[in-house]
Amino acid sequence: MKHLLLAAKTDISESLRSRWFMIYTLVFGGIIVALFMSGLTESRVMGFSGLSRLLVTYLQITMAILPVFVLITTVRSVAGDREAGVFEYMLSLPVSLFAWFWGKMLGRFVVVFLPVFLAMFAAVFWGLGREVQIPWPQVFYYTGFLLSLAWCFLGIGMLVSTLARTSDVATGIAFIIWLLLLLFMDLILLGLLIRQGLPSETVIAFALFNPMQVFRTAAMMLFDPQLVLLGQSAYVILDNFGKTGYIIWALLYPIGLGTVCAWAGYHIFKRGDLP
Amino acid sequence: MINIKGVSKQFRRVRVLNNIDLDINHGDRIALVGSNGAGKTTLIRCLLGEYNFQGSITVDGLAPGKNRTEVLKRIGFVPQLSPPLKMPVAQLIKFASGVCDSSPEKMLAICSQLGLDVSQVKTRPFNKLSGGQKQKLLISIALGRDTDLLVLDEPAANLDPEARHRFFQLLADRQHAAMIISSHRLDEVAALVNRVVEMDQGVVVLNDHVADQIDIGSVLDCRLTLNRADSAFAETIREWGFADSKNGLVWQGEVAGPDRLRFLGVLSRYAALIKGIQLDENNKAGETDVSARIA
Repeated sequence: MKHLLLAAKTDISESLRSRWFMIYTLVFGGIIVALFMSGLTESRVMGFSGLSRLLVTYLQITMAILPVFVLITTVRSVAGDREAGVFEYMLSLPVSLFAWFWGKMLGRFVVVFLPVFLAMFAAVFWGLGREVQIPWPQVFYYTGFLLSLAWCFLGIGMLVSTLARTSDVATGIAFIIWLLLLLFMDLILLGLLIRQGLPSETVIAFALFNPMQVFRTAAMMLFDPQLVLLGQSAYVILDNFGKTGYIIWALLYPIGLGTVCAWAGYHIFKRGDLP
Repeated sequence: MINIKGVSKQFRRVRVLNNIDLDINHGDRIALVGSNGAGKTTLIRCLLGEYNFQGSITVDGLAPGKNRTEVLKRIGFVPQLSPPLKMPVAQLIKFASGVCDSSPEKMLAICSQLGLDVSQVKTRPFNKLSGGQKQKLLISIALGRDTDLLVLDEPAANLDPEARHRFFQLLADRQHAAMIISSHRLDEVAALVNRVVEMDQGVVVLNDHVADQIDIGSVLDCRLTLNRADSAFAETIREWGFADSKNGLVWQGEVAGPDRLRFLGVLSRYAALIKGIQLDENNKAGETDVSARIA
């Protein structure tokens, strides 16, 4: 446990010093500031107003940016260290591979989750200061969704990172994964597939197993039970799943997927040549 | 202590190690020599449990791959190329001492003995240190904990003569430990070892014990007399800590015992200038035994 925490701490410090983290924090902090400045909280569109509207918009933007950020920065982690020759020395120290790998994962999780989480809570605190009504249930669900999404893409990133021998290849694979998941969302390919008469089970499967789609649908569901804003696949999913069931799925499935991917990555890492 | 049996390693179609058999006992100080691509680094990585391989390696019955932490706790390793770590020096020491169950103070004490003042560089990223500073720090991490095997890959390559001398003294204090000192050239490490293992194209071509009469911690008093003063020579010899005692014509200083061959190699570049060399082994009782005198 001590070694795991040491590895996590080392990764956190390393990330805090890196440029990507600065950009990452600026992006999410900037999004919140931009949303405030655009006067979003003052407007009312389709029933959303105040902080609820700001959070919906923030979550939608996060859904698009967070996965690609997490993937691209994480895949460089193991592959980059291996490529740079860090492993030869660091893994000659008596640290277990379990502690090293999962410590890295834990450290990276803290680093990717905190800025997103803090930016959202900055909005909440702003709301409290202005005595705006805070949609607490939504805030907690959103925190859960963000946690789940960050863990999921972190796990996928760690798997890609152990599979690829160089950080360039890892980055390429990460980008393709993000692009594919983005394409298989309701607005793009799923809508097209439904229009072409694909069986609803297939469409449901696509939507249920795409973590980005799961996150998007669940996030919108809290504010838009009729799913007016969502594409056609969301209707099918809701008919078959129900609201509560889907929210549970949206919280647990990405965590499960991330853990399975990270676990597979750990076993590949453990069994292969380290440097 | 270490039993290497039938170890082979292949990268794609290239066989880098070919059926290596080797036994290493406590107190063995091995020069692992061979040209580039001989397989030295690969063998070291197999020993550190970093590579998968055919055959078996055990350290007192434990396989490094399966018992990583138990085995690596007993091995101090200094790589040839410093890792490009961005973490600050203080953090590296803290991490290393934490995973090695050692104390940072012990590592800092070795740093200080090697002439590295960590308080001056503790916030600096490791990769921003000079080559010599990096080497001193890695040596301090390896020696600042209880180990019974030291694996040193060209350990003194970036050290100045003074730091080399102190490093040799630190090794002398660890005579009970087994050592594997890897180098391209035997003359660089000959004085430190009592056994030579030479590798070529993945096989051991020489495995022999050598006379180890040289005390690793010994010091030679040296007096050099020149035909004429020379600025280039002065610059070089000052790096060895020598002082001018007669207008650049007579130089006096100390040379670490294991460094004598290397020192004479440096002097050979100025052979035309040198009128006399006096090298006296300085024993600890204060008596001086004449070991070499050329005049």
